[in-house]
Amino acid sequence: MSGDPANAIWNTFFEECEEQLGELEGGLLRLQDGTAEPDCLNAVFRAVHSIKGGAGIFALNPLIRFAHVFETTLSVVRDGKLEMTPDVMTIFIRAADVLADLVRAAREKQPDDPSKTKDIAAQLAALNDGVGAGKKPAVDAVMAPKKPAVIVPPPPPAGPDHVWHIQFTPTPASDATSHEVALLLHELGRLGPMTVVGGPDAAMNHIEGAIEVSPGQLWHIVVRANCGEAALRDVFSFADEEWKLRISQGALEEEASAPEAEPEPEPEPEFEGFEIFAMDPQEPEPEPEPVKLIAGAPPAPEKPAPVSADPVVPEAGAKAAAVSKTIRVDLDRVDRMIDLVGELVINGSMLGQMVGEAGISRAAGVALALRDLDQLTREIQDSVMAIRAQPVRAVFQRMTRLVREVSAQTGKPARLVTEGDNTELDQTVIERIGEPLTHLIRNAVDHGLEDTEGRKAAGKPAEGVIRLRALHRSGRIIMEVSDDGKGLDRARIKAKAVQKGLISADVQLTDSEIDELIFLPGFSTAQVISDVSGRGVGMDVVRRSVQALGGRISISSKPGEGSSFTMSLPLTLAVLDGMVVAAAEQILIVPLTTIIETLKPRAANVHELDGTMQMLALRGNFVPLVDVSLALGFSNKPAEAAQSVALLVETERGVRAALLVDRIIEQRQVVIKSLESNYQAVNCIAAATVLGDGRVALILDVDAIIPAGKPEQLMSRIGSWEDEAA
Amino acid sequence: MSTILVIDDSPTVVMHFSGILQGAGYDVATAANGQEGINQIDAGLKPSIILTDLNMPDMDGVAFIKAARRTATTRFTPIIVLSSDTDGRRRDAARAAGASGWLTKPPQPSQLLAVVKQLAPK
Repeated sequence: MSGDPANAIWNTFFEECEEQLGELEGGLLRLQDGTAEPDCLNAVFRAVHSIKGGAGIFALNPLIRFAHVFETTLSVVRDGKLEMTPDVMTIFIRAADVLADLVRAAREKQPDDPSKTKDIAAQLAALNDGVGAGKKPAVDAVMAPKKPAVIVPPPPPAGPDHVWHIQFTPTPASDATSHEVALLLHELGRLGPMTVVGGPDAAMNHIEGAIEVSPGQLWHIVVRANCGEAALRDVFSFADEEWKLRISQGALEEEASAPEAEPEPEPEPEFEGFEIFAMDPQEPEPEPEPVKLIAGAPPAPEKPAPVSADPVVPEAGAKAAAVSKTIRVDLDRVDRMIDLVGELVINGSMLGQMVGEAGISRAAGVALALRDLDQLTREIQDSVMAIRAQPVRAVFQRMTRLVREVSAQTGKPARLVTEGDNTELDQTVIERIGEPLTHLIRNAVDHGLEDTEGRKAAGKPAEGVIRLRALHRSGRIIMEVSDDGKGLDRARIKAKAVQKGLISADVQLTDSEIDELIFLPGFSTAQVISDVSGRGVGMDVVRRSVQALGGRISISSKPGEGSSFTMSLPLTLAVLDGMVVAAAEQILIVPLTTIIETLKPRAANVHELDGTMQMLALRGNFVPLVDVSLALGFSNKPAEAAQSVALLVETERGVRAALLVDRIIEQRQVVIKSLESNYQAVNCIAAATVLGDGRVALILDVDAIIPAGKPEQLMSRIGSWEDEAA
Repeated sequence: MSTILVIDDSPTVVMHFSGILQGAGYDVATAANGQEGINQIDAGLKPSIILTDLNMPDMDGVAFIKAARRTATTRFTPIIVLSSDTDGRRRDAARAAGASGWLTKPPQPSQLLAVVKQLAPK
């Protein structure tokens, strides 16, 4: 991605757009709830302006056009000609949403769909017209200076110059011809100052090699050069007879508008949109700066000031304004560094182990130095991880819009309150948390909140509040989505679970167990599949996406007061909490997030099923028993269940199973090394890691090792587990 | 070798202009706002031309031009304003502050180079 500069600018533009859209949305919301700083409106204006400016580089016309209208209306407000009423605010917020859509459409190169922007653009324009500000030039005129095409080369060399007029018609109209024209323009430019008097507008682009030749078009070029006709004909030596080349000296009689070869020393570029300000010899002069600290000093008038006696005064106080210094770095580079630091940590602990084994005293110089080194490497690791960390603000801001949209769709007034926007999280986690978060928030508005009558009856304010919170807790990130709605309807959830055959009717469940039922695959409480939360996606999918990130999700709910979903996420995906186990003398890592409990199975509890599959009876329930050594081909005779340890795991699919291993060694954090990129994909193995003693250990892919079964059947009696455990 | 200072808060624009200018053989220094631009000049940068945006955070283009005109090294350096702003008052303000010229943003690459070449022959 980094190789092609055009591509790099394209990517930068959209990164910038995301930032600007964030600024825009954030600024508008602060203006709406009255917490805006004085410069806020200007920042909002700048955000739209910057998007327009960048879009101009790529000629993204729908985006430019809309941003222009938006910007114009914002400037009317900024100039105090239009009051920011709630109605105006609503239009602005919708316009920000539309702008975000246009940016996305441009990024995905979708065709222009004016119907989506027409409404809001018209509303914005109406606001302008209302204050008579509609006379700004049309954006096309602003953004696309067209004529005439002039190319001004370096100042002409000294000496008597001739003015040559060259006319020709390039044929055929093909890419090859276009290329030839580009080349010859380049060659002519080397002879002397050259002006394309007649030809397509695209001639301006000749530096980029983007000239389009249309059939029968007459080109007219004026060159002022200290050379003879032969030299010019030489340039055209490759051109065909068909080109009808005409070279003449001096003014052509039919050329009234062509710039004559005025012997002016400084030819000015003559295209629209450029202006060299006439220089008064006295100018520029510094304005006498009023000392701003003196109370009551009038503001400096915005006009040129008379000559001042002390022209060279450095800016007083040189502004203490902190300039934020940032650089943009390719993510691959950061990942490479994280990888290397991971190796460093492993190397360090290997060294430590060797020193320990060599019988060197802990107080010896080597051991002490090693401890310092260890401390330093861990600090490096933390700092490198911090590079990948990003504040969750960007995701949270998107959710504000989501609440607004869902609220409009469902007719339930709602607003989002966010907390902990600055909490930092690994970039990859942030990218992938958006989807589950979207589901949770849609659900919260659609199912969590009562309708307006319901809220009135419950004595709650008409507007529902969705809270989105992020915080650090013991090395993990907690993200919470809560609503102040009606809470889960437990009777209905249980009835539904029974009806769907997920639990048996006579099972006694605690409240939190009932709440957990909504995470079962195929469970959806919505009576009618609504437009908002429908789409056949249930909470099981949300749980799976969270688990795929190495996270967990849980729910708590109070009838009449609302529900709250809590996600616990790892700070980074580069390290993993794992259970280190041994199977047939091989060391394996089982991700801790998949393990529910560990147990010593009794032989009496192991049953054969169809002679092909072993099942473990576990508190009145059966789960498939997977012999890890057999499944991975480490050994070819089944392990003695009684001599082994079973890990009860739950996969991302929601399937439970018991994994049989020889023994548990320890629990530790491991640095994940991709097998695909270092070796090749291996069945049932998710990745690898290097242990402290330098041995490579494989990380088990729990989802892949468990035989696919029907989750509904396997989970059919989920309730009875807890029964017997109690 | 002529150095051109490009000041714009949009990294897209900075990258775009830098690419065009570097492609034509100029050295390019960049700044994300007027304050950064002044800091660079204070730190010893001697640009042959300055291209600046107007609407920027921290220190906008007009404030930058005023500050640059009070600084010895850039007192007479050509400063071209690059802006898509169509407001005549902004243009007047830039001119009053000491801008040398105005180029509507985004210029065609050839326009940009034409202007730059005219003001700073390599």
